[in-house]
Amino acid sequence: MRDLIALGDLSRAQLEDLLDLAAAMKEIIRRPVKKVPTLRGKAVANVFFEASTRTRNSFELAGKYLGADVINFQARGSSVEKGETLWDTVRTMRAMRVDAVIVRHQAEGVPGEMAARLDIPVINAGDGAHQHPTQGLLDLLTIRDRLGHIAGLTVTIVGDVLHSRVARSDIEGLLQLGAKVRLVGPPALIPGRWDSPHVRIYTDLAEALAGAQVVQVLRIQRERQASGGIPSLREYHDRWGITPAGLGLADAEVLVLHPGPQNRGVEIDSAVVDDPKRSAIQDQVENGVAVRMAVLYRLVGGKEAME
Amino acid sequence: MNGEREGSGWWKITDVRVIDPYRQRAWQGDVLVGQGRFQDLAASADAPESVSGRGLWLVPRLLDMHVHLRSPGQEWKEDLASGSAAAAHGGFAAVMTMPNTDPVVDVPSLVSWQIAEGRRIGLVDVLPAGAVTKASGGQELAELWKMEKAGAVGFSDDGRPVADGGLMRAALSYSATLAGPIVQHAEDVTLSGRGVMHEGEVSGRLGLAGVPGEAEAVMVWRDVQLAALTDGRLHVAHVSTPGALEAIQWAKAHGLRVTAEVTPHHLFFTDERVAELAFSPVTKVNPPLRPESYRQVLLQAMKSGLIDAIASDHAPHHADEKDLPYKDAPFGISSLETAVAAVLTVGLDELAMDPLTLLVRMTAAPHRILGLSYQGLVPGESADFALIDPDARLPVDPGKWYSQARETPWQGVALRGQVVATMLRGRWAMREGEVLTCGLR
Ligand SMILES: [Zn+2]
Repeated sequence: MRDLIALGDLSRAQLEDLLDLAAAMKEIIRRPVKKVPTLRGKAVANVFFEASTRTRNSFELAGKYLGADVINFQARGSSVEKGETLWDTVRTMRAMRVDAVIVRHQAEGVPGEMAARLDIPVINAGDGAHQHPTQGLLDLLTIRDRLGHIAGLTVTIVGDVLHSRVARSDIEGLLQLGAKVRLVGPPALIPGRWDSPHVRIYTDLAEALAGAQVVQVLRIQRERQASGGIPSLREYHDRWGITPAGLGLADAEVLVLHPGPQNRGVEIDSAVVDDPKRSAIQDQVENGVAVRMAVLYRLVGGKEAME
Repeated sequence: MNGEREGSGWWKITDVRVIDPYRQRAWQGDVLVGQGRFQDLAASADAPESVSGRGLWLVPRLLDMHVHLRSPGQEWKEDLASGSAAAAHGGFAAVMTMPNTDPVVDVPSLVSWQIAEGRRIGLVDVLPAGAVTKASGGQELAELWKMEKAGAVGFSDDGRPVADGGLMRAALSYSATLAGPIVQHAEDVTLSGRGVMHEGEVSGRLGLAGVPGEAEAVMVWRDVQLAALTDGRLHVAHVSTPGALEAIQWAKAHGLRVTAEVTPHHLFFTDERVAELAFSPVTKVNPPLRPESYRQVLLQAMKSGLIDAIASDHAPHHADEKDLPYKDAPFGISSLETAVAAVLTVGLDELAMDPLTLLVRMTAAPHRILGLSYQGLVPGESADFALIDPDARLPVDPGKWYSQARETPWQGVALRGQVVATMLRGRWAMREGEVLTCGLR
C-alpha cells in the first residue's frame, strides 16, 4: 500500500493494523510532550482545493506530532482553470520533492489520479461524494474503542448517504471488518441499491434503528431542500432527526457518531450530542488525529510495510 | 456524385470475400474497379493493377451516420481534414456530421461549405446534418428545406435535445415534407441534471452524480407519440435504454416512420468500465454507459433489427479539455477508428451474427434512414468500399490514429477485425493503415 484513496482498497489485516497503530498513537497524543521524531526531515503537503479547517488542522497536527514539516497549499482557482491548476499543482509537488501529499478536492477521483501521476504517497482527505478514508478509519476506531469490537455489529447510517463521502468510506470499512450496515433517509438521498448482502436500505427511521448498536448521523445540507430531496429541514427533523426518543428503539448501549459539524435540532438533537453515555462525538476528534498519525506513519515513515 | 475526384486507375481485387449487405449477397471472387466504378469482370479494357483480397472481406460503402467533425469553429478538437482521415482510416466512405459546431450549421451556406470542404479533402463523403432549430436554440425552426436543397441529409439539435414539445411537433410535421429525418438526441435534461454517468449501483458506489435511464426513455416516448400525431420522420440517436426501445417497438408496431441507432460503446461496455478505469474521463459519454442488463437488451435489439443502425457518435475533444476531473470533463470520445472492429467483435464473437445482417446496420440501413440510394456491388455503381481482415485481433493503439483526439475506453483492448483499405469512387483513401493524404494541407 503506497497511497490511501478508498477504504475498500485495504484488506482486513491492513485496516486492523492501522487501527492498532492509531490506538498506540493515542497514547502519544496524551503525553505532555507529544513529539516523536519518526518523520523528522520529511515534508508533507496539505493540498486543499476545498475549504476544511477541521480536517486540514487534524492532518497538520498529526504530521507535526510525528516531527514532519507540514506545508499548507491554498490551492484554488476559477472553475475554468480548475484542471490546469490541478495538474500544475501535481507538477509543483513533484518539483518541490515533498514526501507525501494530502489532498482534498470537490471532484470525485482526483486523489486517485494524483496518485497515478506522482511516485510519492497520496492520502485522500475527501474527494467529492466518493471517499473520506481517514474519517472512515476514525469512525472504526471510535466504535472499536467504545464497544470493544466491530464484527457482528449493526450500524445504521442516517441521512444524505447519496452525497456523503463519509458514508461510502464507513460502509466499505465496516463491511470489511464484519459489521452489518443499514442505510436510511429520504428516498431521493439514499442509493437505490448497494451490492452487498450485508447492506440493507430503509426509508423508515424506526425500522432502521431497531436494535442498532451504532448510529452514524450524517450532516444534512440546506441545498437538499432546494434540489427537491426534502421539503424542509423541520420536516426532515421530524422524520429522520435523531432524538432521545428515537434512540429508545435502538440497542440500550447504542453509540452515536457524527462526522461534524452538527446542525443541532435538524439531523441530531442537542440532548443526544451532549449525552456522554451515548455520544462518541468528542472521541471522534481525538481519534481523528490518531488515525492520521497512523496513516502518515505507515505511508511516509516506518519502512516496515503493512503487508 | 462528383466526377472530378473519381479515380482513373483500374484495380482488380482478387479472391476476396464480398459481403454486400445492400443486396444481401456474399460470395468469393474478384472485383473489378475502373473509372471510379465497379465494372463487369468481362469489361476490362485496360490492364488492371492486381490487389490480393485473400483472407479479406470487401464491404461496400460503410456510412457512419453520427459523427462530430467540429468544423467550423472548433478546429482545436477536430477539423474536416483530420475527421475525414479518421473516417477513411476507420473504413467509412461517408459520414453524417452533426451540426453543433460554432456557428451551428443552421443555414444552407454552411451546409454547402462543409460539403465543398469535404470534397476538396476527398477522403470521405461529408454529408451534413443541419440544425432543427436556429442556432439549435430550441426556439424557432431552422430552414430545413433550404438546407436539404443545399445537401443536408438529416436534421438534429444533437447534444441539445428539442425540449419544447410544441416545437418538436412542428419539426416532425415539417419533416413529413422532407427526405431526411429529425434525429433526436433524446434526453430530458431536467431529469439528467448534473449527472455524469448512469444512475445505478456503480454511481452509488463511486459517489458520482447519476443520470437515470428514464431521462432518455420519457423523451423517446414523447417523441414517438408526436411522430404518430404528425406522421413525421423520427430517428432516435444513440439509443441506450430498454424504456426507449419499448417506445421504438411501439412506434414500429404502429407503422410509424421511426428508426433508431446504437453506438458501439453502448454495445461493448457497461457502467462498470467507469469504475475499472478509476474515474478516467474516457468513459464519460452522453448517453452514459449503461449496466449489463441494459446492454443485453441493446444487443438483442440490434440483432433483431429493432435498432436499425450502428453509428459511432465520434465526439472528439482536445486532450487538455478531456484531462479534467470526471465531473468537469466534457462528454464524448474519439470512436471513428474503433467502430468497425468493436462492432465485429460484438456482432461476430458475442452474438454470432451473420456478417450480412450485422453490416446492414452500418451500410444499407443508414442509407435508407437518410433517404439515400446506393445499389451495392453492381457494375456502374460508385466504387466505395472497405477491405477488412475479419480475423485480425489487435489491441487498440490510438497512437496510429488520424483523429486529433485519442481519448478512448478501448485503449489496449484487443478487438476483432481490422480495416486494411478504404476506397472512395475508385481512389484509395486508405491502404494498409495509411491515409493517402496527397493534396491535403
Ligand atoms: Zn447526442
